[in-house]
Amino acid sequence: MPVLTRWFIKASLIYFLAALFIGLLMAAGNIWDLSIFIRGIAPVYTHLFLLGWVSQLIFGVIYWMFPKASTQRPRGKEILAWSVFCLLNIGLILRVIAEPIFSYNPSVLLGWMLMISAILQWLAGLIFVINTWGRVKVR
Amino acid sequence: MPRLSVWMVHSSLIYLIVGFSIGAALLVHKGVALNPAFMYRGGYALWNLLPAHIEFLMFGWIVNLIFGVAYWILPRFSLPPRRGNTVLAVVAFGLLNFGIILSAVSPFLKTLPWLVILGRAFQVGGVLAFVLHAWPRVKAARIM
Repeated sequence: MPVLTRWFIKASLIYFLAALFIGLLMAAGNIWDLSIFIRGIAPVYTHLFLLGWVSQLIFGVIYWMFPKASTQRPRGKEILAWSVFCLLNIGLILRVIAEPIFSYNPSVLLGWMLMISAILQWLAGLIFVINTWGRVKVR
Repeated sequence: MPRLSVWMVHSSLIYLIVGFSIGAALLVHKGVALNPAFMYRGGYALWNLLPAHIEFLMFGWIVNLIFGVAYWILPRFSLPPRRGNTVLAVVAFGLLNFGIILSAVSPFLKTLPWLVILGRAFQVGGVLAFVLHAWPRVKAARIM
């Protein structure tokens, strides 16, 4: 398993735990007053689960197991693949920090953090598609 | 990778980037309100794209990818057709994607409230066709 795949999968497992922990807090919020912790956190929960866990796991496994792009560059451009990992995770963490606070205390700084987070995650998706496209081919 | 899997996985990658683009636009708009042209009386027109964001990523990206990889790597039969009933898999691909598009555009066509139901029905049909295709291939490798 390539080093980058290990980073993708381990990061995805951490997000999985984080998402489930937040889900636990949201459920507990039905009984106790946890509003200080869970206000505006529903989109974070969804994206930790579906982007941080599911999609990132898929990214890692695709990078590892899809057909080779070429003999010289079996997994496409390695620098692009690493940039996907960095952009995705920085973008997602920015969102996790900024979005819940923004929902009840919006500020210009938090708004810009959300914008930067959106751009970083979008770039991660775009670069992943560019680097993977050529590996999806008829043998 | 068989040609049908290439179609499915390429489709999933297209949905991924389109879904990410919509999501990014929504998140930017949440943080830094975009052009007033996106707004309309009573809310934000851009938020009509939220169902498309969800459809494209949950079904377009993830389900198409799973179908494509499953069609490629599930055990094959020792006699042709090696991948079983391919027609069912092609039908699954068509129905699923038609259903995704219908469901995604439905918020923009509020005069056609049945459109989302039709979209969901196509998705159910697509998944049913894929289940029928894949069912006999989920087997021990030696079984004919």
